[in-house]
Amino acid sequence: MTKIDEIAQGVLAGDRRKTARAITIIENKLTEAQRLIGSIFPHTGKAFIIGITGPGGSGKSTLIEKIIREYRQRGKTVGVIAVDPTSPFTGGAFLGDRIRMQDLSTDQGVFIRSMATRNYPGGIARATKDAVKILDASGKDVVIVETVGAGQSEVDIIKVAQTIVVLFAPGLGDEIQAIKAGIMEIGDIFVVNKADRENADKATMDIQAMLQLNNKEKKWKSPVLKTIALTGEGVPELIDEIEKHKFFLEKEIERKRSREKAEAELVEAIREKVASSIIVELKREGTLEEFLQKILEKKMDPDSIAEKLLHKKFGKPVQKR
Amino acid sequence: MERKGKIRVLIAKPGLDSHDRGAKIVARSLRDAGMEVIYTGLRQTPEQIAETALQEDVDVIGLSILSGAHKALFPRIMELVKKKGLTDVMVFAGGIIPKEDIPEMKKLGISQIFGPGTPTETIVRFVFDNAPERT
Repeated sequence: MTKIDEIAQGVLAGDRRKTARAITIIENKLTEAQRLIGSIFPHTGKAFIIGITGPGGSGKSTLIEKIIREYRQRGKTVGVIAVDPTSPFTGGAFLGDRIRMQDLSTDQGVFIRSMATRNYPGGIARATKDAVKILDASGKDVVIVETVGAGQSEVDIIKVAQTIVVLFAPGLGDEIQAIKAGIMEIGDIFVVNKADRENADKATMDIQAMLQLNNKEKKWKSPVLKTIALTGEGVPELIDEIEKHKFFLEKEIERKRSREKAEAELVEAIREKVASSIIVELKREGTLEEFLQKILEKKMDPDSIAEKLLHKKFGKPVQKR
Repeated sequence: MERKGKIRVLIAKPGLDSHDRGAKIVARSLRDAGMEVIYTGLRQTPEQIAETALQEDVDVIGLSILSGAHKALFPRIMELVKKKGLTDVMVFAGGIIPKEDIPEMKKLGISQIFGPGTPTETIVRFVFDNAPERT
């Protein structure tokens, strides 16, 4: 067994050391990373992936700590990838998100990993998506990705997460205006954190006003919630809303699948009925042999015959694709 | 730097002291030297520190302690670090640790101990030179 196989097996068995090692490989070694992802990929897709984004200082890490606690109470295991920026000048990074979550570091149902962007743009790291797959394969029910402090262009989280929570704090009034083109467009759920502060209601209304336009054509109407991450107020309601969105997505997928299935069935039925009705006719008229002979003698090709028969049956020429 | 990946360092504050200026300055110096530095925050138990080192898959752990409880806390941290299989992690320490305790601390497997007044370059150099190379 190679080292990569051993690590992959460890991840699938939920081994924490191997899981941690796997993420390091994902970050550092491209060829080995591909092999690793290849071997765990069939075991992914079970976790629900939540993205938490918002401006720096809005309280993302603190809120995530409370979200983890709430999910743990509901009997779920949780993985976290917390992304912080790499300095473009020195290449170093100070990863401080987990300071707010340290009380949960010894809970065996929780796995928290800090990740530097390594100058990858978009608010997450290049390795984030695959690191999520590692935590998913290791058996976590919920995986939370915390982006760097985000504004207009840090929207790559949509490529990773199923539900995106966009966090704001009061006093960002003008900033909300500024970022309406960026993360405002990707939120499934909006949260005004630090709701005990002055202007929380105004911030909520500002967001609601802006969303009215966005929400119009959408099936999922993004709600705006209020939380106080420090005390955990509003967090159970937030989780309920996340679960609602998850249910919505499942229903959407189901609906899409049912539609695809219905379409496939209809196409198959038409094909069957039309083909058999033409063939029955040919047999009755005794012309089937005639056409077969023409094909064998290379006088006509099957395609042209089929088209000719179709014209005969439906009267007008069918547009050729 | 001729390494395949970044050096990842955990700066940890075990026990009950509440001053982390030194820890933060060391963290900052290592960051400015191009390393990825994870900081635990204050008042960490040995369990929390060892488990964080495991989850973050760090190459190096730096322990900062000013409370005088190193003789109680460091042995426990080193025991847990080994128990969790982090045998290739380099551990160094800093803070207020009396000279006469240093041999005992080194015997635990702590590579180096930096006292007050150590230039940050000395620590950065030491970490660069002693961080284990991953295979």
